[in-house]
Amino acid sequence: MPEPTAAAVRPAPTGVIHDIGYQRYEGPRLGRRQVFGALYGHGLRTAFGFGRSAKAKIFPWLVVGIVSLVAVALAAIRSQIGEPVATYAQFADAMSWLVIFFVAVVAPELVSRDLRSGVLPLYFSRPLPRSDYALAKLLALVTALWLLLGGPQLLMFLGAAFTTKQGMRGVWNELLDLLPGLLYAGLWAVVFASIGLLVASLTGKRAFAAGGIVAVFLMTTPIVGVLSILPSRAANELAGLASPSTLVQGVGIWSLGDLLVEGDPGEMMIGGFGPVYALAAVLLVAGATALLLVRYRKVAS
Amino acid sequence: MGFFRGGVAQGAGLRKDLPSSGAADLRGLLDQGSGKRRGRAGVCGGLVLPTLGSVTLIATQSLTKTYGGRVTALADLTVAVEPGIIGLVGANGAGKSTLIKILLGLIAPTSGQVSVLGIDPTSDPAAVRARVGYMPEHDCLPPDLSASELVTHLGRMSGLPRTAARERASEALRHVGLYEERYRPVGGYSTGMKQRVKLAQALVHDPDLLLLDEPTNGLDPAGRDAMLALVHRIGTEFGISVLVCSHLLGEVERICDTLIAIDGGKLLRADNISAMTTATDVLAVEVSEGTEELAARLAELKLPVARDGRLLLVPLADDSTYDLILGAVAELDLPLHRLDQRRHRVAELFATRELSHA
Repeated sequence: MPEPTAAAVRPAPTGVIHDIGYQRYEGPRLGRRQVFGALYGHGLRTAFGFGRSAKAKIFPWLVVGIVSLVAVALAAIRSQIGEPVATYAQFADAMSWLVIFFVAVVAPELVSRDLRSGVLPLYFSRPLPRSDYALAKLLALVTALWLLLGGPQLLMFLGAAFTTKQGMRGVWNELLDLLPGLLYAGLWAVVFASIGLLVASLTGKRAFAAGGIVAVFLMTTPIVGVLSILPSRAANELAGLASPSTLVQGVGIWSLGDLLVEGDPGEMMIGGFGPVYALAAVLLVAGATALLLVRYRKVAS
Repeated sequence: MGFFRGGVAQGAGLRKDLPSSGAADLRGLLDQGSGKRRGRAGVCGGLVLPTLGSVTLIATQSLTKTYGGRVTALADLTVAVEPGIIGLVGANGAGKSTLIKILLGLIAPTSGQVSVLGIDPTSDPAAVRARVGYMPEHDCLPPDLSASELVTHLGRMSGLPRTAARERASEALRHVGLYEERYRPVGGYSTGMKQRVKLAQALVHDPDLLLLDEPTNGLDPAGRDAMLALVHRIGTEFGISVLVCSHLLGEVERICDTLIAIDGGKLLRADNISAMTTATDVLAVEVSEGTEELAARLAELKLPVARDGRLLLVPLADDSTYDLILGAVAELDLPLHRLDQRRHRVAELFATRELSHA
């Protein structure tokens, strides 16, 4: 019995579809780097809900909306009173709660969903190495977080640049302020993405992953609080190491100095331990990334 | 003689005119002389892997996989098959999925050698995976993506450029029989449609070999037939070799050129399907009396008759065998009790094997 062709089974309302049969693919096949890029791009789009349902867009864009609104408000106030309300780095610090919220929403979206649906064997049966999968997702989350903080910083910069009264010199000074701010936003992005994605990769349940991420970032702050009131100066100055947020702030205070704390020593002192904070941040990111790779070496094999 | 062969029609549309529910008697096959073994596939004792010709699709040499040193999934498996449709049959836990994962380079064998399309998946898994499409056994589709999005994305993951991935995805989905539905989220699909999507994603990058792990799992009889017909079409019309895994021998034997039967990680037999099935189609004749007379009469008709208790077993050459037997029965005026084709299920085979393990 001959197989009925697709055209015979499904006559098109307008004209006839000719089943030309199976066609072999003769075109180019891209290499590892392009596949990595495709997965990275896909991850970045997923982070902001592009190509996803309307429901998946709500939370990311809610956060983006709030952060942008704050930035616009800061720029507007500044143009009125003539002096900055917050530096770019201070803005990033102030937004840390929203960054945590964004990570808690997006990291499970990037990795937990794939774990839950069991789609990983479909990835890992393709040429793409397992580590590429994990690193592309991580890079996508880092980029998304950096855009989340850097985009509004750019808005603030534009506001300041267009209202400056010192001409090009003012714009240039403003740019010199912006660049460390963007770097500081990058530090936030790297630290929070590496930890958030590692936590999310441990479970296929998105709610658990989100809860776990919030727990890791917020439950560690009381430890900082306890350490910072101990009757030991060294303990107080190293207290910030106990939580990712204060760790990032510590590195910021050490490297950016008055761009972050502006003369006022602020509530958190790091004393001479700045390099320790920087080293801790590097080790934290490296460790989290290594654990993520280990996790993906084992999962779904 | 349609009356007697009622069971045959069920498999209509498939290449082989075999009873769909029945299966070859593997036990019988195993007992037969090894002289018939060299078909398109065989147990190749003296195989030297590095010099495999380009015609060899999959070759393994003493392949062994143990988990944690205790559980043996594959034991000393040596097999070589040529392109075509290959059935990999075994009970649950026989090592089918383990073999597929080794072929994909997802897990490393404990010992032994393996070659897929002439490439060693343990040393160059990416090269193997680029030319192989894999359909897993379990559910693996994100429910909120549409089939079109998912297959396009996975096409890109296989290295297709963006537009090519989109084109090939809709082609692949069309070939498996998904049309307008492909724009709806997979979560709302029936099991049959999900299986088709899984097959389409394995096809999207135009592989040279498809590894299908239990493609008929969870399907109703009509869905099974449709899926098997599709697999058969891919193997014949598309020019893609297919390794199809199943625990139902009766199912895969209808579409396969070659059959590999494994149990407890050991090779039971690997051979050309025609070598197996021609040898196994046997008619069982039972008459209430006069068994001896009938046997003598059939022998006169040059039919090789064998006795099995009250039964007479006659190899089924073609439809005329039925006529000859019925003619002989009528001639001798014997009360015919039954005349049917011998049916064995792979389950029987493995049931006896499992007893011997215990």
